[in-house]
Parts: sequence; structure tokens; C-alpha cells
Amino acid sequence: MKILVTVKEVATVEDEFEIEGTEIADQYLGADLNEWDDYAVEEAVQLQENGVADEVVTVTIGPEDCEQTIRQALAKGADRAIRVWDDSLAEADLLDVGAKTEILSAVVEAEDPDLVLTGVQAGDDSFGATGVSLAEEIGAQWGAVVNHLEHDLEDGVASVRRELEGGVEELTEIELPAVLTIQTGINEPRYASLRGIRQAQRKPLDVQSLDDLGVEGSAVDSELELTDMYEPESESDVTVWEGGADETASELGELLREKGVAP
Amino acid sequence: MSDVLAVTDHRRGELRDVSYELITAGRELADATGGALHVAVISGTVDEFAEKLDREGVDTIHTVDHGEEFNHDVYTQTVTQLYDELAPQYVLAPNSVNGLDYAPAVANQLDLPIVTDTVDLEADGDSLTATREMYGGKVETTAELSGDAVVTIRGAEWPAAEGTGDASIEAFDVDIDEDAVGSTVTGFEEVGGGDVDISEADVLVSVGRGIEEEENLEIIRELADALDATVSSSRPIVDNGWLPKNRQVGQSGKVVTPDVYVAIGISGAVQHVAGMKGSDTIVAINTDPNAPIMDIADYAIVDDLFDVVPALTEEFQ
Ligand SMILES: Cc1cc2nc3c(=O)[nH]c(=O)nc-3n(C[C@H](O)[C@H](O)[C@H](O)COP(=O)(O)OP(=O)(O)OC[C@H]3O[C@@H](n4cnc5c(N)ncnc54)[C@H](O)[C@@H]3O)c2cc1C
Ligand SMILES: Nc1ncnc2c1ncn2[C@@H]1O[C@H](COP(=O)(O)O)[C@@H](O)[C@H]1O
Repeated sequence: MKILVTVKEVATVEDEFEIEGTEIADQYLGADLNEWDDYAVEEAVQLQENGVADEVVTVTIGPEDCEQTIRQALAKGADRAIRVWDDSLAEADLLDVGAKTEILSAVVEAEDPDLVLTGVQAGDDSFGATGVSLAEEIGAQWGAVVNHLEHDLEDGVASVRRELEGGVEELTEIELPAVLTIQTGINEPRYASLRGIRQAQRKPLDVQSLDDLGVEGSAVDSELELTDMYEPESESDVTVWEGGADETASELGELLREKGVAP
Repeated sequence: MSDVLAVTDHRRGELRDVSYELITAGRELADATGGALHVAVISGTVDEFAEKLDREGVDTIHTVDHGEEFNHDVYTQTVTQLYDELAPQYVLAPNSVNGLDYAPAVANQLDLPIVTDTVDLEADGDSLTATREMYGGKVETTAELSGDAVVTIRGAEWPAAEGTGDASIEAFDVDIDEDAVGSTVTGFEEVGGGDVDISEADVLVSVGRGIEEEENLEIIRELADALDATVSSSRPIVDNGWLPKNRQVGQSGKVVTPDVYVAIGISGAVQHVAGMKGSDTIVAINTDPNAPIMDIADYAIVDDLFDVVPALTEEFQ
């Protein structure tokens, strides 16, 4: 069985930052492997270690800068990586769900995996929609917000738990091939070992253009256009205590006593 | 056409609150586009649900009597058929776990753009401006699209529709292709039970990712002991296995309403806030003055928790 894991490098933002147009200024941005994708990679690697999967491939739509991040997944045990990039992608302001679906589905077509794992959401733009949209596009089954997967995958069925709101889990049987969107907490993502990190440098990382994948350039034309970005206006009338930790702690202590909830 | 179709949400025999919020959001859009508001209720006791959904502003309620519980294949097939029949401009769905299990599939099948987790919507003729958050609530963005679209709305952003309407209630004759139904729900399970019920606590000392390491939880426990309070947490602490599931506050954990909620190293992501915004007094201890938790906090200490928490514990020893 082959597993394809979609992984995204997400932007992280410093506490203090500035906005330029519809973007956060570069100097305030960092980068990381999307938290949800880290769990998806771990799940795939565990399936491989359990002998259920024989190959784990990652795919990323992203610029060359993100290769270091993608290699984290290789260091944790994925076998090889695909990175899709193109000049037309570099020019795009925003890749919406439809554009990602079209690109990722071309990769699925080329790789023909039995199982695709995505994250529930990307931590930066948080559409929470790419996995299910992709499933529909490739004619696969799917399950969103999966926090448990039985590893036997017997009879071509994935037994999963979907995490609903309010501490309720739904038990669902999903026919393969399928796309599952993976929720945090499903496993304990490992840290890459030094050996893993060394090995990752030698694992294949294949760069593909839209042309290579047979995707039309117009596929990246997002139907959504970002028109503004701003810091949300605070509606709060929060009282901020100033001073050293001793002073602020004693203010809070006093409040708790006033409320009658502290000795 | 400029109608709006809002697809309601229910689970285990109950309509979820967001269903009534969808009516409000849908009515606003329909007013702006000059169209009608259609509401769909799919599966379960649809007639009973339809009666409850007949609130002010609803023009037509389409009931789809098929199965008991949510099944995403049934929802996807039904909503696409309703779209073909009604030709609405906007399909509105909740940004719930189940909403996200079918709305993207509907959008892709209909070849429509999807915009999720919206907190505000403005329609003007053919164009829609959607407001949503990015970077865990640090910024808001507006995005514009034109033509038909699928939109999911965040819960508790629109008020619930009220009053009684005089909608016409119509049974929609759906044609479900059972061969295309590839998933089966076999049951539900409540998780997060156990020794403590954090929703009963008067004071919660709640810890988040700012604590960094498992062994640092000790300073939180010491504070809770000194205050005779209960320890709760945000999701990552439970994901890491540092605290059991029954301590998790939020959308997928517990809803709590203590007298005092002290959020320590918690950013205030929407899924966390959903579980604690009803607390009487909220205190945030966070190094980031712009963390979204500050928007709902009554009091805040913008400082390092490793300095503040021990100092506070000392206050009570
Ligand atoms: C479907 C779904 C369901 C979810 N359900 C839940 C849920 O039920 N409950 C929940 O909590 N989350 C839930 N989440 C996750 C949620 O989106 C956030 O990822 C999570 O709440 C973040 O937790 P946090 O605030 O502890 O961590 P972060 O967002 O990483 O915040 C850490 C905070 O600590 C501060 N900090 C760092 N160091 C220090 C220091 N030394 N002193 C003081 N402050 C410091 C930082 O400034 C930051 O604000 C859900 C997500 C999804 C997609
Ligand atoms: N640029 C990308 N490259 C690869 N995978 C992506 C990309 N964007 C999103 N994904 C995948 O889709 C999931 C959901 O993302 P989103 O729908 O954007 O919130 C992520 O967890 C990733 O697994």
C-alpha cells in the first residue's frame, strides 16, 4: 500500500508585526511544518513500520525555500518528497482550495496512492477544506477530522474515529481509496533522529512544474481575491496590570481574594 | 438567481445552535441580493426540525427524509441536487466538523469556489466580501469573489434567528445513489469522562503551550493547590499526553463557566475560546500583548508565566 501525505510549510508570525498591503511584512514571519501535517506524517510512518504501507510519499506546493521544512518529514521516515512549484504559482497572491485541489489531484493521478493523509487545516490560512475537496476531485472516499485510525485496514476499509464537537467521537467505516484529514493528538509525532536527518539529505525530493503534471496554468487563478488584512479591532476593555512579576501577581492575588475564590 | 440556500446542522436528535445562526446570516445575504432564503434540513426527524426552523426570515424549508444521522455522501448528493433545482447564488453551511466533511465536496462537485470559517459577509450584486481570520486570529482578512459560492460560517458570530415565520415546508424528493455512499457511521462515543469534571469547578487554572515542557506543569499544579483550584488546559497539552482528555477546554473538549478562569500561556484560538468565553472573570497571563485571548480577558498580565506563576503561588503560601 502506498500513502501520499500532503504537507505544507506554514508561516508563523512574531508577537509584534506589521502588515504591508495584504501580507505580513517578511521580517516578522517564520516557517514551520504545519502542525496537523506533522501528525499526518507520523500516522503514515507508523503504518509503514507496522507493515501496512510500503511507501510513504509527501507532496508540497511551495517554493524552494520550503525544502528544509519538507525534509523534516523525510527525516521522520517518509521515503521521498514531491514539491510542486512554478513561476505562475510564485505570482499568485493566494492559492484557494480549488487551485490546491487541482494541483494535488494531478499528483494523486501520477502516484496512484491507496490512502491520502492531509492535515485538518493549515495553521496559517486555515481553510480546513483541501482534503475533502481533493477526495471529491479524485473520486475517493473521505473522512474529515480523524483522530483515530485502525491500522489493519482490513478488506479495504479504514475504521476511523471522527472527532466531533463537545467530546463526542463518531465511529465510521470508510472504503479505500480514501483521503483522511488528520487531527492533532491522533499519535505522538516523533522528533527526527540525527541519523534520520542525515538520511533525509539523500532521499529523493522531486521538483515538478505544472507543465510536468499536465496542469493548465489557469488552474492557479484563485477565485478568491484577498482585498485587505488588518489587526482585528479589539473590543475588549481588558485591564492590564503593569510592573514586575511581584507587583502584577499581587494585583491578581488581590482580585482573587476580592472574588472570594482564594484564601 | 440570487437566492440563498442554508443547510442546517443537527446531531443525535438535536438541531445545533449554528442552524439558527445560519438563518440570520442567510437572511442578511438574501436581503442584500434581493433573493429568497431556502433552508434545508437533511436526515433525522426532519418534520420536527422544520417546525423549529420556521423562524422569521425563512421563505422555504426543504426537508429531506433520508437516514437518521449525518452522512457526508448523503449530504453531498442532496445539497448538489438542491443547488441544481433551486439555483441559489450562495450555499451556506456551518463551519462545524460535519460542515467541513461535506461543504468542500459540494463546492468541488459544483465547480464553485469555497470560503470557509467566515465571521462576516457582505454581498453586493454579484460580488461577495468574506471576512475571516488568519494566523490563529492574529489578523483578519477580507476576500472577494464573484458569482456563486459555497460559504461556511463560524459558530456564534451571527445571532440566532428568532420569532416564528411562515415558511412553506416542502419535502424534497432526493435521489440518493447508494452505490456512491462509501462511508458508514457505526456509532458514537463520549470521551473525556473520568475523575474530575472541570465544568463543575469555581476556579480553573488553565495551561497552554506556553508552558513548553511537561515537567513545568509542576508550577501550575502548585498554583492550583495554593488556590484550591482545578487544573485545565488547552488542546496541545492534552494532545501531548501531559494531561488527560477530561481536562481539555474548548470546542472538542469541555465547555466551562467558572467564576474565574486563569489562562496561562494560552493564545485564545477560536476553538479554545468556544469552551471558556462564558466564564465570569477571565484573566490572561501571556507574553504576547496581541494574543487573541486579550480580546476576551477582563484582566491581563503581559509577562513571562515562569515569573508570574511562582510569584502568584507565593502570595497564597
Ligand atoms: C477541529 C479543531 C478542534 C479544536 N479543538 C480545540 C479545543 O477543544 N481546545 C483547544 O484548546 N484547542 C482546540 N483546537 C486547537 C486550536 O486551534 C489551537 O491550536 C490551540 O487552542 C492552541 O493552544 P495554545 O493556546 O495552548 O497554544 P498556542 O496557540 O501555541 O499559544 C501559546 C501561547 O503561549 C504564549 N506564551 C509562550 N511562552 C510564554 C511564556 N513564557 N509566558 C507566557 N505566555 C507564553 C504565547 O504568546 C501564545 O499566545 C482545535 C482545532 C481544530 C482544528
Ligand atoms: N500548499 C500546500 N501544499 C501541500 N499541501 C497543502 C498545501 N496547502 C494545504 N495543504 C494540505 O491541506 C491541508 C488542509 O489545508 P487547508 O485546507 O488549506 O486548511 C493541510 O493540512 C495540508 O495537508
